[in-house]
Amino acid sequence: MLQGWLIVAVSFAYIGLLFFIAWYGDRRAGQGRSIIANPWIYSLSLAVYATAWTFYGSVGRAASDGVGFLPIYLGPTLMLVLWWFVVRKMIRITRAHRITSLADFVASRYGRSAMLGGLVTVIAVVGILPYISLQLKAVSQSFQILLQYPEVMLPPRSGDPVIMQDTAFYVAMFMAIFSIAFGTRQLDAAERHEGMVAAIAFESIVKLVAFLAVGIFVSYVLFDGVGDIFERAASRPELQELFAPFGGAAGTYAGWLWLLGLSTLAIVFLPRQFQVAVIENVDEQHLKRAAWLFPLYMLAMNLFVLPVAFGGRLVFPEGVDADTFVLTLPMAHGADVLALFVFIGGLSAATGMVIVETVALSTMVCNDLVMPVLLRIRFLALTQQRDVSNLLLDIRRAAIIAIVMGGYFYYLLAGEAYALVSIGLISFAAVAQFAPAVIGGIYWKGGTRAGALAGLLGGFLVWGYTLLLPAFARSGWGWVDVIMYGPFGLELLRPTELFGLKGLDVTTHSMLWSALVNVGLYVGVSAWGRPLQHEQAQAAAFVDVFSRTLAPSPRWSGTVSVTSLQAVLGRFVGVPRAAQLLRDYARDRGVAVDKLQGDGDLVRFVELQLAGAIGGASARAMVATVAKEDPIGIADVISILDETSQVIAYSQRLEEQRRELEATTRELQEANDRLQALDRLKDEFVSTVTHELRTPLTSIRAFSEILHDNPDLDVAERQRFLGLVVRESERLTRLINQVLDLAKIESGMAEWNTTRVDLRELVFEAVGATSAIFAAKGVRVRADLPEDFDPVIGDRDRVMQVLLNLLSNAVKFSPAQTGEVVVRLAAEPGRARVDVADNGIGIDLAHQAVIFEKFRQVGDPLTQKPAGTGLGLAICQRIVGHLGGRLWVESAPERGSTFSFTLPLAGASDRAALRWARVA
Amino acid sequence: MSRRVLIAEDDAGIVASLEFIMGRCGFEVLVAGDGQAALDAYAAFRPDLVVLDLMLPRVSGLDVCRRIREVDGTTPKILMLTARGSQADRDRGFEAGADDYVVKPFATQDLMRRAREMLP
Repeated sequence: MLQGWLIVAVSFAYIGLLFFIAWYGDRRAGQGRSIIANPWIYSLSLAVYATAWTFYGSVGRAASDGVGFLPIYLGPTLMLVLWWFVVRKMIRITRAHRITSLADFVASRYGRSAMLGGLVTVIAVVGILPYISLQLKAVSQSFQILLQYPEVMLPPRSGDPVIMQDTAFYVAMFMAIFSIAFGTRQLDAAERHEGMVAAIAFESIVKLVAFLAVGIFVSYVLFDGVGDIFERAASRPELQELFAPFGGAAGTYAGWLWLLGLSTLAIVFLPRQFQVAVIENVDEQHLKRAAWLFPLYMLAMNLFVLPVAFGGRLVFPEGVDADTFVLTLPMAHGADVLALFVFIGGLSAATGMVIVETVALSTMVCNDLVMPVLLRIRFLALTQQRDVSNLLLDIRRAAIIAIVMGGYFYYLLAGEAYALVSIGLISFAAVAQFAPAVIGGIYWKGGTRAGALAGLLGGFLVWGYTLLLPAFARSGWGWVDVIMYGPFGLELLRPTELFGLKGLDVTTHSMLWSALVNVGLYVGVSAWGRPLQHEQAQAAAFVDVFSRTLAPSPRWSGTVSVTSLQAVLGRFVGVPRAAQLLRDYARDRGVAVDKLQGDGDLVRFVELQLAGAIGGASARAMVATVAKEDPIGIADVISILDETSQVIAYSQRLEEQRRELEATTRELQEANDRLQALDRLKDEFVSTVTHELRTPLTSIRAFSEILHDNPDLDVAERQRFLGLVVRESERLTRLINQVLDLAKIESGMAEWNTTRVDLRELVFEAVGATSAIFAAKGVRVRADLPEDFDPVIGDRDRVMQVLLNLLSNAVKFSPAQTGEVVVRLAAEPGRARVDVADNGIGIDLAHQAVIFEKFRQVGDPLTQKPAGTGLGLAICQRIVGHLGGRLWVESAPERGSTFSFTLPLAGASDRAALRWARVA
Repeated sequence: MSRRVLIAEDDAGIVASLEFIMGRCGFEVLVAGDGQAALDAYAAFRPDLVVLDLMLPRVSGLDVCRRIREVDGTTPKILMLTARGSQADRDRGFEAGADDYVVKPFATQDLMRRAREMLP
């Protein structure tokens, strides 16, 4: 049994230590050497999640439900996996908009709606009050146990209730003062409370060590290790059910799932968690460490829950409150110092929770509930006051006291009705209502203010009806008829079995309905209506916070008097602070403070500073009293941009289609041009052919007529004319043949007989065939051929035609008697090459391309037009091209000409050969 | 005094036949194988009649026709000779200043009748 003064003295010494840590933390922050700017402190501060509920209640729950206590700690572990995505986004948004609380967050997202902020605040306060009362209950109860053991070993209500309530009252007052001291030292709620976070982190260590200490004491001092406890427990029939994985209240898969879901949401949406995780976050990178450090903490915290629970059940008779095992077990075995340490641990868990929770809630109450109302009351003329910053702090302090006292009264009225765990779950279920509006708000631009209001209100009402009301009823506040038989006797509307949904525990049942109503209304109303323009702007700013690099640009027009801006700022943050802020602002921009322009940037700066003090919605209203809002503000611009971006996307598609159409049109145009060019070429060809046919025909007709009309011609002349007729007739025949040949090749109607061809033999044969005309002109011909030569792929007759044409051309242009023609055959990679070189007149460069065109002959026009049709080379080029080779000429005037062509070798390019064979 | 005729034609066979026919009819005949030669021969020879092929190498028949008209006006008679029979070619020939137009292959008697009509 411990002396009361000792407990009080140790408690106050511990509180003193916390104050010192907080003071030191704030001092270091003031010096710019933050002690909380590291991931360890951040992770430990998150452990404010583990309250007295965890500290005492886990064992209590395990003692009745077995492992049923676990989902509440598994949920946060799951959530931390997603933290890098979800919480980082919330942190980024909070920084950008200088958001002060969860209520401010929701209000800002949906167009800085004061009404929404107020609703969130009401839900949070109503939802959290039971939770705070739970902490008060735990501290006063544990104090009583220490003081009066073993009298209060039995359930505490057997103790003197007057003393109990008095204790709880003193605990409440003390906690309120503590919160005020920690949480309202500075006005700017958007700034971090470094001292408070440092103290919280320290408390997290203390409560963990205390719990581990009692766990080790029970496991290894009272029993022979954890295995021993489990063995003994297993042998006790009344403890059998605790070994089933789904025993007790969380006794179904559905129950587990809902508890898991609830706690997953609670780790983000409990006001104190939002405070430490988002508002107090120093560096986004800390989230990465917290992602495994915090679950590790949770694991350590739960390590000895089952051993202590089983130990208590084994040691104590039935009827001892299992919530007190961590205290009563050491005390029953005379370990008073350990019991005192455990009490300090529990105190840590409770005070940590209450401080952070009340700081977070008081900010909400002040900025989102009281200020918007006060500012609207003309009688108070708040907007005219010179400095209301102290009023703001007073409001927060009053709010803290009111909240803690609210918790106290709830404890007085309802505290005895429920075990710790059940009270905590009521709060979890309340804050879970924020999830659709917040999560939807940062990922879905379509979520509207009306949707968020409807969803929150609907979910909150269902929560109140299905969870809070039954809790009240159990506390003896009446309503029992409604719980039992439904309102007005309508069984269908019974709060715990709404619309006949049976077989679920109260929490699961409530969660199911409130989630359904909340999400349904949020999505339904959002989808049905259209967001207002400034809502759209905020929606875009929240959802696209990572992609939007632009800082919110001014949406205030015109020039505002700097003095009036400073006055507004001074009114809420204090006159000296306002002056300091403006000096800093001026310094950042490198201008003297008296040269500051009251432009949109400055107005925006003032608004942000105000938002940190009184919340976004009120800040906007305040700034609007001195600055005129741009009729086309940034909100409109962004919403216009949103719409425009759709138009742009649409017009981009149109533009794309237009370009495609243009491209197609151009292609068609080009194809048409080509067709027309081909048509012109064809006309020209026909015209040229006609011309070429008419020319020999003219001679033939003329001489025939001469011979006919002049029978008296002498024989020699007659012979000469007849010879001309014969020669021109041959020319005509040759021409007709070649025109037909060319037409056949060009139209693809020619027959090709593609095989392996021995080029060496073919050249030999061609030279032999033309030897007569060479001899007639006295031109020497020489074939320069290798010993043996790989076969080529080609059409034997066509290749022969090419060779004969080239040879006869060579003769034609070689000088009589001195002329010399050389035919060479050579192998090149993959192909054979044939050169026919003469030493004739040569062709100048300008004509070298022309000679392969149809009917283009080059000769000396002054002397005699060369014999031939002008189609030979054109035909040769097409033949060689068709066979996969190339025909060209190298020549210079008076230096002779060398006509060359290539053909693919059969071995080296079977594929090409086959290809050509197929074409043929 | 015999009439002088310049035959400007690049096809040897046609030149031979025209030379014979014209000679038979008592013309004094000179031959040019291309447009430039035709202009040179015209300048030196000043014929009364030019039988001019439309498609001559170097300088085309049409250009030869225009140049002759530039130098001597309408004095020499020009008989255009061509293998192209379209109305457009015919018009171009007349525009260039030809007096008459004969399409190959022509009837020799028809050609001589036109020549005689042009030179009364």
